[in-house]
Amino acid sequence: MFHKLIEPQETLAFTFDGKPLKAARGDSVAAALLAAGVIAFRHSAVGGEPRAPYCMMGICFDCLVTIDGIANRQSCQVDVAEGMVVQSQHGPRVIDGRIPE
Amino acid sequence: MAYLGRSDYVVIGGGVVGVSIAWGLARAGVKPLILDEGDLALRASRANFALVFVQGKGVGFPDYALACMAAAERWPQFASELEAETGIDVALRQMGGFSFALSQAEMDQQRDAREKIARETGGRSANYEVLSYRETRERLPGIGPSVVGSIFCPKDGHVNMLRLFFALHAAVAARGCQYRANHGVRTIEPTPEGFRIIGDWGEVQAGKVILAAGIDNQRLAPMVGMACPLKRDKGQVLVTEKCAPFFPYASTVICQGDEGGIKIGSSTEALSDSILTNQSLSAVIAKRAIQVFPQLATLNVVRTWTGFRIMPPDGFPIYEQSRSAPSAFVAACHSGVTLAPNHAFGLAPQILAGRLGAEFSPFTARRFCVPQAH
Repeated sequence: MFHKLIEPQETLAFTFDGKPLKAARGDSVAAALLAAGVIAFRHSAVGGEPRAPYCMMGICFDCLVTIDGIANRQSCQVDVAEGMVVQSQHGPRVIDGRIPE
Repeated sequence: MAYLGRSDYVVIGGGVVGVSIAWGLARAGVKPLILDEGDLALRASRANFALVFVQGKGVGFPDYALACMAAAERWPQFASELEAETGIDVALRQMGGFSFALSQAEMDQQRDAREKIARETGGRSANYEVLSYRETRERLPGIGPSVVGSIFCPKDGHVNMLRLFFALHAAVAARGCQYRANHGVRTIEPTPEGFRIIGDWGEVQAGKVILAAGIDNQRLAPMVGMACPLKRDKGQVLVTEKCAPFFPYASTVICQGDEGGIKIGSSTEALSDSILTNQSLSAVIAKRAIQVFPQLATLNVVRTWTGFRIMPPDGFPIYEQSRSAPSAFVAACHSGVTLAPNHAFGLAPQILAGRLGAEFSPFTARRFCVPQAH
């Protein structure tokens, strides 16, 4: 659906749901996932439907993914880093009901 | 300029108070016209915390403590009737509510207030439990060590405000009531047949008029022979990202909506007219919430907003029927969500009957005019 206009000069390796992917340095996670053909970034915490980025500028909160173990990250607001582990998010973020040690 | 003809009942104000009364009138068989301001009106119904909250309310005014309890007990029927009429579930959860104390002084003050309410109502006010830190933590393992204790009241709860507001509007529309946005009211003139209600849009004739215009009641009430003294009391709310349910109860510090977002509040600023949020106040609100629930520190705040509570001088509601124009009524309160079932099931039928009975007559604004003894 999307393709890059310019071939990246420097690529970074990251994974999405365990699958190895490449991004250009400076790509947001959302841009890199869209370029890799990912359609469903998450499933809604309210209705369970698949969702993808809508605004790409930090407003819509539809591009949420789990990055390096932290859920509800706005993938359009985070740059890809080498070795980043990205996972699609299913359902809501869970916060621990207990006091952090 | 439009002439909207004549309406037997006109409700001025399309917020949760006005629409609850309008729905109550419609349930009782009439079709009020609702005149409302536009999207940019100062509207507590769009800003509030959506609590059904009873505990601690009515110190020094036992009729108010009992009204809050009656409302909490009417809420399940109110929610189920709204759902039956509109198909909209307002997500009422009445699992009880906590008031958290972060110092012994706060704990003592909160307990004293509840004991006073119980005394003043002859023990008829809502039950509550005073819980130590340890007892609170047994029920809520996530609380922080700064919590000295809490008070739990089983009547407290919360709703989804957006869906409540939507459901009330859908319910009055389904019952054939007309709703007019961008119809702010400039003047009301008593006439032999009722009232002339005039705005920039034109005018309408009314048989009975019900003022439910929030802060604007202060300006409108004298036009129909009443006083309705009010002040704006600014509140500020932070909302976090959605997360899995972890606190199903109500509290004045945090409230997790049915869709997972956590509202954090609630401040009061008496002297501000600005709708802008105040970042240093946000920090104080957030800090207090994190003292109660340390794990909130890991969450992102996605929105903040402010709203103005409609605050009578003593904090208690104003309900009154005009003496000089007895077809005019006024309703003003800051707890429009908690009290919504009273407005629909209690106040509206009494307006229809033409007289406020024992449930509402103690709330006249004439209480502010009692001559002081010297």
